[in-house]
Amino acid sequence: MAEFRLPKNSRYTDGKKWPAPAGAKNTRTFKIYRYDPDSGENPRTDIYELDMDGCGPMLLDALLKIKSEVDPTLTLRRSCREGICGSCAMNINGSNGLACTVGLDELKGDIKVFPLPHMPVVKDLVPDLTNFYAQYASVQPWMQTVTAPPSRERLQSKEDRAKLDGLYECILCACCSTSCPSYWWNGDRYLGPAALLAAYRWIVDSRDEYTGERLDELEDPFKLYRCHTIMNCTNTCPKGLNPAKAIAETKKMLSMRAL
Amino acid sequence: MRTPIANVRGLGSAKTGVHHFNMQRLTAIALIPLALWFVISLVCHLGASHAEFIRWVACPWNTGLLALFFGAMFYHSALGIQVVLEDYVSHEGLKIASLVASKLAHVALAVMTILAMLRIAFTGA
Repeated sequence: MAEFRLPKNSRYTDGKKWPAPAGAKNTRTFKIYRYDPDSGENPRTDIYELDMDGCGPMLLDALLKIKSEVDPTLTLRRSCREGICGSCAMNINGSNGLACTVGLDELKGDIKVFPLPHMPVVKDLVPDLTNFYAQYASVQPWMQTVTAPPSRERLQSKEDRAKLDGLYECILCACCSTSCPSYWWNGDRYLGPAALLAAYRWIVDSRDEYTGERLDELEDPFKLYRCHTIMNCTNTCPKGLNPAKAIAETKKMLSMRAL
Repeated sequence: MRTPIANVRGLGSAKTGVHHFNMQRLTAIALIPLALWFVISLVCHLGASHAEFIRWVACPWNTGLLALFFGAMFYHSALGIQVVLEDYVSHEGLKIASLVASKLAHVALAVMTILAMLRIAFTGA
């Protein structure tokens, strides 16, 4: 049956407490998931009381301040610090988001930071996204045509180009897929909202000539139809995209094709 | 030792699922008026005697609508429970066994329900 509790060695315990430096007046508490595969111990949640004076406005600023000034062993991915690389996706106060675009003023009370849900953890806040990237690759996210490539660019009307808005902006941060219960239970076979959004981006591209083959590949009870329109994907997307709509449109195209 | 992409591609697309999706919606649409009619009819018969209720079932219109209601209802239920089992039963053997059991139970229940109504319609008992 589906497992509703974490396996024994994945259940986290209370970890270390890192008090604020003496004399700090403006402090906030961060409860952060820690896991070190080399230690052989269960994951734990460390509590950091951080001196917020001199801290930048975003959650990523606070995490990096902890790493630089309090505990250099804290492990996380980050790169662009402006919401375009998708590296710092994590679970923040129960919702997935990018640490670099979530303002500390948007978060009430103590701040709980966990890795993206239901993924294998490499270390601390770093999830293993191997399967997620393979799912993206499996939808063949590039243009495919039977016509020989033209000598110049492939033309597209402004209206057809507009159909790609809201689809091409995906940064593959995995916030949507890892927020989806269907993906939690059947992530080995369900492609998940991010890969399905990418698939739809090519299905509606007027220049692509493999629309039928792409739909053929998706017509599967698990690859596509595990989506039950739960909408967590759309609610959580830090780029404001709507994967649930892309999936619904794909299902609509498949239905229309069969009628 | 398979590559991640081999795991994802798996056995390929089953090329099925649209029919299930379409029939789930079709039966859902049919069930809106049928279920309303069924519930209202039951409420109207609160306090009715057994003989009165049997007469109501035996009326041709009612027999037809009841058969349609139970047919659509068991079909819709079979499709819905199939999805629940596929979602939550991760053990492959248990999944197949429960899917088979659910399908057979739904067919059996639908046949028995409709036969019981036809018996009332044609024999009045």
